[in-house]
Amino acid sequence: MTSLALVIVTTALVNNVVLSQFLGLCSFLGVSKQIKTAASLGGAVIFVMTIASGVANLIYTYVLARLGLDYLQTIVFILVIASLVQVVEMFLKKAAPAIHKALGIYLPLITTNCAVLGVALNNVTDGFGFYESIFSGFGTALGYTAAIVLLAGIRERIDGNDVPTPFRGAPIVLLAACLMAIAFYGFSGLSLG
Amino acid sequence: MNPNMERLYNGIVKENPVFIMMLGMCPTLAVTTSALNGVGMGVSTMAVLILSNLLISLLRKVIPDQVHLPAYIVVVASLVTVVQLLIKAYLPFLDAALGIYIPLIVVNCIILGRAEAYACKNPPVLSVFDGIGMGLGFTLGLTVIGVVRELFGAGTVFGFQVMPAFYEPIGIFTSAPGAFLVMCLIVAVMNGASISTKANSKVEGCDGCCATCAQKCDNPKNLEEKEEVKV
Repeated sequence: MTSLALVIVTTALVNNVVLSQFLGLCSFLGVSKQIKTAASLGGAVIFVMTIASGVANLIYTYVLARLGLDYLQTIVFILVIASLVQVVEMFLKKAAPAIHKALGIYLPLITTNCAVLGVALNNVTDGFGFYESIFSGFGTALGYTAAIVLLAGIRERIDGNDVPTPFRGAPIVLLAACLMAIAFYGFSGLSLG
Repeated sequence: MNPNMERLYNGIVKENPVFIMMLGMCPTLAVTTSALNGVGMGVSTMAVLILSNLLISLLRKVIPDQVHLPAYIVVVASLVTVVQLLIKAYLPFLDAALGIYIPLIVVNCIILGRAEAYACKNPPVLSVFDGIGMGLGFTLGLTVIGVVRELFGAGTVFGFQVMPAFYEPIGIFTSAPGAFLVMCLIVAVMNGASISTKANSKVEGCDGCCATCAQKCDNPKNLEEKEEVKV
């Protein structure tokens, strides 16, 4: 149990997916204008990433590794993730219309989000088992959500300020991300385990 | 200008994927801790891009429109796997340095973006030149960022000491926050010089995933807060 908790802390804080691994940057910068939308996207990412990590692990362990086809992992994972998102969307539409309404528009955006594929590949590299993969997916998504919601909060504050002209738009957002990355860098000093 | 040369110019200067189009931000920031890593990533991406442009251009009349995106992804993923295995076999140091970012070339939006915007509508030779131009532009961008970060962060360029001995390296440049800082300064300089880039629309638009530029953000609800689709 402690090891699973450790996986969550490591993936969410120490190796934050956006701020230290630079995965999922496009949506991190693009969908962080408002806290509300950022949080919804975060919710969708948590949902998809947790499921995708589990499914990718099962497919790797029981199909690819067993048949000696592990070099096909990139192709298989990306197709699995893309179809999984479709299935999740259809399932939510039928089974939980309320959740679908809140997260639905973000689901297609996640299909080829590099963070989802990144976690699946990382889980294989780290030799994670089924439960560890699920927790690592969940933790990574949690870290992603924390980062994007925090950035959205900062951006809502920046909106009312007088930013020097050359820094308006992308640079100030990147600067905010830089300062956040410095803050998260502090977590790498945590001695875990 | 010769149309092939025009493609090269377009990729390297006019629509430079790193500085103007801001495509493939993840690898741009992640692997540019040194100049050599920048070149390695740029060349690997270029190899995949040229081949994927060629294949998709050749297959453009065969692939049905409804399933074009999955078909492109399979083509690109196969090429990436080939490149990944070649790097693992012949350049193990590069494999160690770039790690997971090599398989992630699959979701680099330059590749799917060029397939969607260019290769699927144009003949093979032009598409190959488009791939070379965009690939060189990407490599150039990554190398420049890598040189800047390595110079300030370690005092070296391509591993050679260039800064004087009394220079104390600013470690932050080679660590994660430094990537954001360098990118921030680059865009600020571009803004200051009034060079129009896609960077500012990138923080406004939907751009939810690394390949939405390929998917053209066809969701009407997202269109409300979305800028021009970059094609």
